[in-house]
Amino acid sequence: MGKAFHRPQALAEVVTHYCPGCTHGVAHRLVAEVIDELGIAGRTVGIAPVGCAVLCYNYFTFDFQEAAHGRAPAMATGIKRVRPDLIVFTYQGDGDLASIGMSEIIHAANRGEKFTTIFINNAVYGMTGGQMAPTTMPDQRTTTSPFGRKVLQTGMPVKMAELLSALETPGYIAREALLKPKYINRAKKAIHKAFSYQVANTCFSLVELISTCPTNWGMTPTDALKWAEDTMLPYYPLGEFKTPEAGRTAGRAKDAK
Amino acid sequence: MGKVLMKGNEAIAEAAIRAGCLNYFAYPITPQSEVAEYLSKRLVEAGGVFLQGESEVAVSYMIFGAAACGARVFTTSSSPGISLMSEGISYITAAECPAVFVNIMRGGPGLGGILPSQADYFQSVKGGGHGDYRLLVLAPASVQEAVEMVMAAFPLAEKYRNPVMILGDGLIGQMMEPVEFPEHLKVAASNKDEWATNGMATRQSSRRNLVKTLYLVPEELNAHNLKLKAKYDRMKREELRSESYNLQSDYRILIVSYGTMSRVCRTVIDSFKEQGIEIGMVRPQTLFPFPRQAIHAAVSKASCRAAVSIEMSMGQLVEDVELSVRGARPVHWYGKCGGEVPTPEEVMEEIGKLL
Repeated sequence: MGKAFHRPQALAEVVTHYCPGCTHGVAHRLVAEVIDELGIAGRTVGIAPVGCAVLCYNYFTFDFQEAAHGRAPAMATGIKRVRPDLIVFTYQGDGDLASIGMSEIIHAANRGEKFTTIFINNAVYGMTGGQMAPTTMPDQRTTTSPFGRKVLQTGMPVKMAELLSALETPGYIAREALLKPKYINRAKKAIHKAFSYQVANTCFSLVELISTCPTNWGMTPTDALKWAEDTMLPYYPLGEFKTPEAGRTAGRAKDAK
Repeated sequence: MGKVLMKGNEAIAEAAIRAGCLNYFAYPITPQSEVAEYLSKRLVEAGGVFLQGESEVAVSYMIFGAAACGARVFTTSSSPGISLMSEGISYITAAECPAVFVNIMRGGPGLGGILPSQADYFQSVKGGGHGDYRLLVLAPASVQEAVEMVMAAFPLAEKYRNPVMILGDGLIGQMMEPVEFPEHLKVAASNKDEWATNGMATRQSSRRNLVKTLYLVPEELNAHNLKLKAKYDRMKREELRSESYNLQSDYRILIVSYGTMSRVCRTVIDSFKEQGIEIGMVRPQTLFPFPRQAIHAAVSKASCRAAVSIEMSMGQLVEDVELSVRGARPVHWYGKCGGEVPTPEEVMEEIGKLL
């Protein structure tokens, strides 16, 4: 009988710089597993963001580019247009994708660029030290919203999956979570689907992953998982919001507590 | 192939295709939109990639992504657009990727105007984006020279793994002149498999390639910057280009001028000659590297009393002229930057004050 659990070949055997309890490691592993399963490492180019995952190329074993803040979708566009045979994915956080890179992700999705985006939503800027993000929850304290996010001044958190699903161009848009094994299994399926659509040259694909940041949230890893489930999931419903087959769909509201 | 009459912008577009560049990303901006319009049709015919991006910022990263996987790629824009692209240009230089940028300059600052200018001199040769980097900057003075420089730019970008900037004023883009396209330029064998993220399977390699610009360890960043500096120093040794005019005479004044402005200065020199007054000129064809030695040698001639920088900018080129002259003679400036090209009469009047 073979090993039931092993390190994916697409994942390097190194120690990461991520904080204890951070869910980046889970997301990396899921991406690496999917790349192994599809057998595409030899023609995959990843694009690292600016933020905590800027060094994620140290944890993968295939070609990588490193973007400026928010610009990964434009770089992915450049690659896919000149080398459509390559499999390209961007790995972006919420400050990167939903703030400074809002224009790039919307236009890339609207053009139907055939790459995949893994979007880590942990409701905060991580690397720069826990500042407020567009995805920060109402009344959530951050280093730039010390009295809690006041939505009258800063608006409501941006729901990227729903926003991108509003585009008429066909695409695959899903939101899953990395908070419990049941969610993680669904996240894996969504990531597999997203890459599969790209391999088949079908459409743009994006999987938003509700994640935690215990360090910047000022919580223990277990409290962070609970807070995300209690606070974020009711606001950020999980499920598929758009598929190339069915168009816009509603997600799965039942995951919210 | 004989000569054809072409508008500068269209000739630039065609030259890129003749140089083997079939990948173009751009955002429309006056006075160079004809490049994109021409290529939106021509590249489809040629089986290339044409994409109109959502902004110049995005375009610079489309260029970065494509260049980083080893594709020959270029874009064109005008002054405000180049400001937006300057973020990406900084990253591309840091990541050592080859690409060609064309700036058909218009008047600034801000929205400025849409008529010819040379006001992006500092932006181009001193670095418009952040950090220590240089572009190899070529400045054509005619549509023919623009064609030749565009075709030369791609092999140069690949030689140095650094962006090359073609810096033309609006007239270079807008005027029509007869042009002849040279035969395909010889290109050195590519070493892109050593660095490009073109997919491990593409190059039959188990070693992955990484294109990055982050160096958190100070010693590593310093070493990286020294490596980049060595390339810029090599450009100074190997790529310097300038043209001299009437330097065989006993000229009393040395003009330094580039681009369209230098053509007006030729007329000025010819007119003075008819009056028995000799004026010389050095025309930089590369703005970085800057032909300091050629200018210093020319201004040091016994007959020469002073140098004057004639530019369509408010005293930018003149700073490099001063650095070249190194105090050997007085250095003067004359320029206009509202979109008007100074007339020969205006330039003659200014030079007359120096005689």
